[in-house]
Amino acid sequence: MSSRFRASLLFLGAAALTLAACEREEHHSRSKPIGETVPAGSSPQTIYPGGSVPPALDARAKLFNNNANAISMGQTLYQQMNCVGCHSHGGGGMGPPLMDDQWRYGGRIDQIATTIAEGRPNGMPAWRGKLTEDQIWDLAAYVRSMSGLPSKDAVSSRSESMSGPTPQTLTAKPQPTNSDAAPQ
Amino acid sequence: MTDVRADAFDAAPARQSERERVEAENRQLAEERKKIARDGPKLKGEKLAARLDLAWRRPRGIIGWLATVDHKEIGRRYIITALGFFVLGGIMALLMRLQLAQPDSNLIGAERYNQLFTMHGSTMMFLFAVPVMEGVAVYIIPLMLGTRSTAFPRLNAFSYYMYLFGGLMLWGAFVLNIAPDVGWFAYTPLSGPQFSPGKRADVWAQMITFTEVAALAAAVVLTSTILKCRAPGMTLARMPLFAWAMLVVAVMIIFSMPSVALCSGMLISDRLVGTNFYNAAEHGDALLWQHLFWFFGHPEVYIIFLPATGFVSVMVETFCRRPVFGHAVVVLALISTGILAFGLWVHHMFATGLPRVGYSFYTAASMSVSIPTGLQIFCWLATIWDGRPRFQVPMLYVVGFIVTFVIGGLTGVMVAAVPLDLQLHDTYFVVAHFHYVLIGGAVFPLLGIFTYWFPKITGRMMNDTVGKVSFWLVFVGFHLTFFPMHLSGLLGMPRRVYTYPAGLGLEVPNLLSTLGTFILAAAVVLFVVNGLISLYRGVIAGPNPWGAASLEWATSSPPPVYNFEHIPVVESDTPLWDVEGELPVVTGLRVDEKEILLTTVVAAAPDLREPVPAASLWPLIGAMAVGIVFVASIFSPWALVFGLVPCGIAFAAWFWPKELKRNPEPVIS
Amino acid sequence: MTRRATAILPLLLGACSYQHYQSAFGNAAVEDSQFLILFTIFLVVCVVMYVLVMGFMLLGFLRSRGAAEANVVETGRHHHSHPLMRTALIGWTALIGVGLAALAIASFFTDRSMAKAATGEKLSITLTANQWWWDVQYNSSDASKTLRTANELHLPVGVPVRITLASNDVIHSFWVPSLAGKQDLIPGRESDITIVPKRTGIFRGQCAEFCGAQHAHMALVVNVDSYPDFIKWWDHQLQPAAAPTNPVTLAGYEYVTTGPCGACHNIGGTPASGTVAPDLTHLASRRSIAAGTLPMSEGNLYGWVEDPQSLKPGVKMPTIGLEPGQLHAVVAYLETLK
Repeated sequence: MSSRFRASLLFLGAAALTLAACEREEHHSRSKPIGETVPAGSSPQTIYPGGSVPPALDARAKLFNNNANAISMGQTLYQQMNCVGCHSHGGGGMGPPLMDDQWRYGGRIDQIATTIAEGRPNGMPAWRGKLTEDQIWDLAAYVRSMSGLPSKDAVSSRSESMSGPTPQTLTAKPQPTNSDAAPQ
Repeated sequence: MTDVRADAFDAAPARQSERERVEAENRQLAEERKKIARDGPKLKGEKLAARLDLAWRRPRGIIGWLATVDHKEIGRRYIITALGFFVLGGIMALLMRLQLAQPDSNLIGAERYNQLFTMHGSTMMFLFAVPVMEGVAVYIIPLMLGTRSTAFPRLNAFSYYMYLFGGLMLWGAFVLNIAPDVGWFAYTPLSGPQFSPGKRADVWAQMITFTEVAALAAAVVLTSTILKCRAPGMTLARMPLFAWAMLVVAVMIIFSMPSVALCSGMLISDRLVGTNFYNAAEHGDALLWQHLFWFFGHPEVYIIFLPATGFVSVMVETFCRRPVFGHAVVVLALISTGILAFGLWVHHMFATGLPRVGYSFYTAASMSVSIPTGLQIFCWLATIWDGRPRFQVPMLYVVGFIVTFVIGGLTGVMVAAVPLDLQLHDTYFVVAHFHYVLIGGAVFPLLGIFTYWFPKITGRMMNDTVGKVSFWLVFVGFHLTFFPMHLSGLLGMPRRVYTYPAGLGLEVPNLLSTLGTFILAAAVVLFVVNGLISLYRGVIAGPNPWGAASLEWATSSPPPVYNFEHIPVVESDTPLWDVEGELPVVTGLRVDEKEILLTTVVAAAPDLREPVPAASLWPLIGAMAVGIVFVASIFSPWALVFGLVPCGIAFAAWFWPKELKRNPEPVIS
Repeated sequence: MTRRATAILPLLLGACSYQHYQSAFGNAAVEDSQFLILFTIFLVVCVVMYVLVMGFMLLGFLRSRGAAEANVVETGRHHHSHPLMRTALIGWTALIGVGLAALAIASFFTDRSMAKAATGEKLSITLTANQWWWDVQYNSSDASKTLRTANELHLPVGVPVRITLASNDVIHSFWVPSLAGKQDLIPGRESDITIVPKRTGIFRGQCAEFCGAQHAHMALVVNVDSYPDFIKWWDHQLQPAAAPTNPVTLAGYEYVTTGPCGACHNIGGTPASGTVAPDLTHLASRRSIAAGTLPMSEGNLYGWVEDPQSLKPGVKMPTIGLEPGQLHAVVAYLETLK
């Protein structure tokens, strides 16, 4: 992308982003829980045998995908629930890194939420029943932001703790590398 | 200067007497053209007025309206825009008070309420209080100093547009539901990237940048005008007290605004690109914000208050029919207040746990800043004592000011003491204090000065009876609203709470405050209606309806676009009272081009003739370019880089050196 | 004498009918008494100054009404002031200067006496503020006696207590007006405040620095007890949570310890050991729920556990969406946590 193209996109983007404010800034009423992420025991939705079309993105994704409040809450929960213990600040350790573009079980927000709720083999605990569904989706939104996937105006640049990774507002958005061609 | 009829003459042979007649007419034409380049004994009266009007008026139509550099037009725009924001901020306050009228109320939720008080505070402080003072100054100072224009008129226009765009951005954000909700002083880390997700705090921080650039530009304009553009003979000692107040204020703006620009810039940087200025975990400091903000914030309130003291001096002089007692004392008080104001800021941080010994210095400084103000008050009261006061509406506001502001000043002395402040800080007691000094100390004189200068600006008087009713409504409404807040603060009500529990004794004071707010709202509406109706039906005012002494009353109401037919010469500090008949004037300024007379800084001896720029769209275009850069930089740091292009183009065009393609001046015989 | 003077103050201000449990007139600790004395001094001096200014102004107006001719000429520079006006100016300046100096000295002495009262503390508490609750830890040289609780303080009367203040997120401010002035809790810094309560009673404090959406609902209750009562309270709080005794409370216990509650809250002696939310070990012994948002009662507990977001919108505790049976069980269990 040439710099001039980026510049004109920038100015158009500024206008568009202002108008899209509602989505980014909304505090969705948490009085109504959003319902189950996935029914218990479902399989990961990352394998589409026979070249079939990946399932449509969950309707709840748009409440969380580019929502600054959800991503911020997810950032708080990430600290509080000690995700840092295995994934550190996205760089990985015992658990796989979350800030890269490799998604074993899919990088869409509903797939990440399923991962958190269900747990995964080799050590990812199941948080169903330990966190509410809203909290799981908040975490999923934050995990996506570590790879630079949401729009930049919805993420906060850093947390108020020791600096680790590149500020999220400057994290580049990677090209997807797995076969998951579903809309991010 | 060729004789245009030479050909005609040659072509047709004529009789001797006719040729002579034509020759004589040509000679007369050439003579007149030689003489009418500058004003003087040979060009005066209506012909002079017509020539000046031709030279000074801006192009007609929308382009001319946008391109104006006339300080009167810019000043009017500032005042009207600031009053618009005042009404918007007042509506915020009304909504807040509706929510607080009853305990445990759910009229307005927590998040919306937080946006309301942030918008109220930010609008009143950044979009109303300072700009309205600047606007009044920009309008009246050249008239008061006896000149035709401010210095740097295009910078003046640029300043207005930056202010307008900043205000529109903030209120546009409110309409689009991205209003800031961090309070008008946006303490970190609450306003930092983790605890204020989204773009609300960025909008707030960029609004600061807009208004700070606008204020700095206006301060530069005012300083240069006051120091260099005075009428000959108006030495610093003879300069009106309002001009002194604005000089001190302009210098204060220049020294204090960069601090808030710096801290808000650092906040944007933290939020946009992850710097750690305010991040304690990375050796930043949350208190850095408070120091930098209050280093600006405290002088800011004096920037709002000192012009109001200038207003009071003006009104006291006119309505007591004698010069203010102790002119030199008042000037020194203004200067020392301006200097001392920079040494007080830590009194906003008494609860933060800094060393107590250091706090004692700030207690002493905060108390001593009330001494110059106390001296000013004495001088005004001595003027009343030795004068012959007339109770017209502006004087009512002066009395209201003294009654109200002194209470605010005294509660200020209370909160200057650390042990008292530790109880009273961040409670409604402080809210009461600062509204007493800001409304009592700045808005009352402002309303009085609007009534006073309304005839000069519009040519008509405001209605007297309605004015008196407005005053009493404002006075009663104000005290009913804010006096009970002293009590609710002492009874334990903190600031910025969207509700409070029943049973703490807070119900009665809050209800009284809400009732008072409605009376205040009615008063403001009445005042505005008075202004609007008087615009069309007010009594026509002559040049000097109040019988005042300063130079702005020496020209018609409203003033012509060129302010004065001749630049007056001043021999005392009350020129219109000390001269029988007409004022002495200087002549010799060009009438075919815009030109003002610059004088020396102290003695105001004539120094230079300075050309004044013509109307230009580049200030507007420059402000739009800068505005787009600022707004885009809320979303991406690249805006600052790519934005250099349009800004560079706009400013290059604005500052492009012009060959002086002026008409060569004819030699005066 | 000063005590009577400070007692008159609230009467004068019409506030005498209130209990003053969250008011600077509470006069329940040494620090607040010092405040009231200093405030009275300031008030008297300020009222005197105000009366002088108003008197000067009023006399100025009355004088010119009555005067046959004032010392002024409307035009011309030959205006005269009263010959003593200059002396009056100097006198006025001197009066203001002396007045302010006296007030500053009084303030300095009060400051010093507050600092003196802050020495020799016998009790140490660490208060950590979070968005929108208070984490309280009673420190002790004996590690087994360190007590962690939330949103409520118990203090022994007459014993100086030093509260160390820290914050986990944004700037808050600890303020119990009946006892003392406020101190900010700033992330990255530690400060402290010392309080010497003078009489027993129940007092309420509130966060006094804007800290986000629910700043208005971040209060804490301070019980000042006699020393023996205080020790009894402390010892009781050190006990682990009561074990469930009937099927309903057992079901509640199961849910709380294995469900979402335990991920954030700690209940001593149970598997619920979260550290990021208020300690619930002796929840039912407290006077309020959710940092002073609601008084403690069964109905309020139901409401809070069911839907915290509608009572305190934006709070970090999520609305879980419990079924009625689960809700009964959980509340029944929580009520046993005395």
